[in-house]
Amino acid sequence: MATGVQRATQLTVADLKGRVDPDWCPGCGDFGVLAAIQKALVELQIPNHNVVAISGIGCSSNLPGFINTYGMHTLHGRALAVATGVKLANHELTVLVTGGDGDGFGIGGNHFVHTMRRNVDLLYIVMNNQIYGLTTGQTSPTSRVGMKTKSMPFGNIEAPVNPISLALAAGATFVARGFSGDQKHLTDLIKQGIEHKGFSFLDVFSPCVTYNHDNTYQWYRPRIKKLEDDSAFDASDWTLAMEKSLLWGDEIPIGKFFERTDVPSLHAAEPVLNEGPLLHLELRVPADVARGFIEELM
Amino acid sequence: MKQTFAVAIGGAAGQGVATPGDIFAKIFSRRGLSLNAYNAYQSIIRGGHTLLTIRTGAEPVTNMGDRIDLLIPLNQDTMDRHLKLLRSGAACIYNADTIKAGEAAEGVQLCPLPVSELADITRNKVAQNTLAMGAGLNMMGIGFAALEEVLGEQFKKKGEAVVAENVGVARAGYDYAAAHFTPFRNPLPKTEKRYAVLSGNIAMAMGGAAAGVKFYCAYPMSPSTGVLHWMAAHARKAGIMVRQVEDEIGVINMAIGAAHGGVRSMCATSGGGFALMSEGLGMSAMIETPVVVINCQRAGPSTGVPTKTEQGDLWQMLGAAFGDYPRVIAAPLDIADCFKLIPEMFNLVDRFQCPGLVLCDLLLSEGRLGVDPKDLDFNPVIDRGELILPLDSNGANGNGASAAIGANGGYKRYKFTESGISPRAVPGVPDHIHTAATDEHMEDGVLISDEFTNPIKRRAMMEKRMRKVAGIDAAVPPPTLWGPRDADVTLIGWGSTKGVIEEACELLNDEGISANQLQIRWLVPLHREVILELLKGARHTIIVENNYSGQFARYLRSETSFVPDGHIRKYDGEPFMPHHIVEAVKEQLAGKTHLSVPMHEIMV
Repeated sequence: MATGVQRATQLTVADLKGRVDPDWCPGCGDFGVLAAIQKALVELQIPNHNVVAISGIGCSSNLPGFINTYGMHTLHGRALAVATGVKLANHELTVLVTGGDGDGFGIGGNHFVHTMRRNVDLLYIVMNNQIYGLTTGQTSPTSRVGMKTKSMPFGNIEAPVNPISLALAAGATFVARGFSGDQKHLTDLIKQGIEHKGFSFLDVFSPCVTYNHDNTYQWYRPRIKKLEDDSAFDASDWTLAMEKSLLWGDEIPIGKFFERTDVPSLHAAEPVLNEGPLLHLELRVPADVARGFIEELM
Repeated sequence: MKQTFAVAIGGAAGQGVATPGDIFAKIFSRRGLSLNAYNAYQSIIRGGHTLLTIRTGAEPVTNMGDRIDLLIPLNQDTMDRHLKLLRSGAACIYNADTIKAGEAAEGVQLCPLPVSELADITRNKVAQNTLAMGAGLNMMGIGFAALEEVLGEQFKKKGEAVVAENVGVARAGYDYAAAHFTPFRNPLPKTEKRYAVLSGNIAMAMGGAAAGVKFYCAYPMSPSTGVLHWMAAHARKAGIMVRQVEDEIGVINMAIGAAHGGVRSMCATSGGGFALMSEGLGMSAMIETPVVVINCQRAGPSTGVPTKTEQGDLWQMLGAAFGDYPRVIAAPLDIADCFKLIPEMFNLVDRFQCPGLVLCDLLLSEGRLGVDPKDLDFNPVIDRGELILPLDSNGANGNGASAAIGANGGYKRYKFTESGISPRAVPGVPDHIHTAATDEHMEDGVLISDEFTNPIKRRAMMEKRMRKVAGIDAAVPPPTLWGPRDADVTLIGWGSTKGVIEEACELLNDEGISANQLQIRWLVPLHREVILELLKGARHTIIVENNYSGQFARYLRSETSFVPDGHIRKYDGEPFMPHHIVEAVKEQLAGKTHLSVPMHEIMV
């Protein structure tokens, strides 16, 4: 999604520090995601006034307030719809959407599927902690079967959604999974997602240290295996990606599952934007065109 | 009483009611005649019953009127439903091969066409329609050339042979009528005026284009879909990004996103879709990003009667989204106003950075009106308010808004001002970085709702937003009273009932009952004092509205304590006809009732 991105000089991590410090619980996985986003933007040197971080509602959705870029803190589940509008209004902006699993796969599930099939050029980072945090610990769409929460005290009986398989099926053109506990790897995935021209989906294991005692850092560490370390893996092979996406248990793959670059992004597919961002198009309908519109009716 | 002529064409959906309707409309408007068309139809693609009424005349025609002068039934059902409505002087042209006439009132001319003798019905499936058009135009005293011209345009794409065949069939009908039927008493006049014929949906879409709308999105929903269709078809010529979205929740959020990016952004829906947009409107108000939402009302509640009209969403609009916030709500008065209102609404919402709601209804959205092309002004005033846009690639502003105000690390997006309006920078402007939050926030955009909650700051920010209300009040013109000040009766309406109430007033005046009209266009802000002043001393006040509970009456009472003498309401899905109002006024002035609910005589 690097279209028209200007390279600034000397953007530093300090420049990207938000007006307030994060109010997440100590140890929350979201700190690692925020730091990785800041590092990626610095490494890519994208001027921060050309970046918009857009979120829904939830713990992780507070992220836009903690980073010094343009930000929008929208409605629960609606960040992708808002972000699509922002991107289409000014496709020279780098659009990052950040949020949680409840926000994205629960209340926002409809927009998630459709934004992927539209191939909107943005990076969607889901801080997936398999729990509702800000509402103090209820089952989320990614909570495992059997997990006990305040809303399902006798254990979850509903199968969780598989975000990676869902994204692949919905036509996302960049699909990856990161781990908040691996900064370097996560930063690299964020950079790739930003540079990908089209919809980039990045599911990040971002443990909730307060409400989810099942999926902890300690639980993840021995299980995660980087796809990059598997020489037989090819991220341009959709079927292989789908196969890998189904792995869960002793081995959980992270890394880039899939990327294709032959599909135009939404803004690139619409000729109205050939002359530049919508924002800069002439406001007035040219007189001869307007006359034609009226003559059709006479 | 003004001289008008109404032709009604009825049949099953799919029988081709629309084409003769379009052709009549073109011929009338090209004669310099005003016209109003209303199509009564059902939510069905094939079958059912539809009745298209086109009323025309040399003076402005604003509604469907009370009388059908020419009925063209395309099937037996239409004949059976409507022949009895015809009064002396009217005529009915029908296919004598397939349709039997019923009993007609005295003075009604039955005009059977021997369709299979006049045309080759094996080749031309809609020959009866074309023959009837030819016959009807002959009886109206309109020269054949007018029909020949329009048929030529209509079938141009299908090639010369098709044009020639249709002209031949039309000619046969025209000549048959000359030989066998009696012309109407008054031939249709001709004037030097010229009209564009358009629906309210097209008018609102074009009004959006004229206002500089660059982003339009929607989910299809009757009766608003016509806005999407015009936008989609004209988007590339007008330079508008048009998207069809997965649901109305997505629509409002995408529209707000685009608006936040700095463009004028609009969407349209009907009551059900509007209900889904409610939370989004609150976001527009909270992050102070302007958006215009059109609600084309249809008969509710729930799925309701999808193809029928109602003014039943007023309280939904007034109460949409939780919490208090400034909003603007206006109801266009007629189809020309559907166009004019959109740029006005955008100027208000850009200036005051809040949502603007246009409360239209099926009657205007899908009705058609002959509009003076001068009233479709593509060069309206555009005022984008205090907007700071990024420079374009040439280092200039793409659209003439104020330039970025230099380095300003201290920029406060929600700065406290006397007017409540804070300069709005959009993403991409250097040195104006901020977060727009739906959580309550401080002047710089930082959230107060989580760990920083502070009642003093919350109060100050609430008051800042609500200060805009005074500005909006002052920016919107108050209503005026039309007609004699000391009238016997004052009819109060809002939005789309303007034309029919106006005509009812004329008819009442003809009968010696002087009537005046107060028609409300701006619902929020409602000019309470002005309205009370206008109604002070009114002899007898009646509120006319297309709903069950008197939604406007209740609103007016809640805002002003004003209680009218009576009510005229209709909630059967069909619009008022002038005589409904006239008769109701008379029964109320005679003291028979305070609430009249006219019966709709046309069964559609």
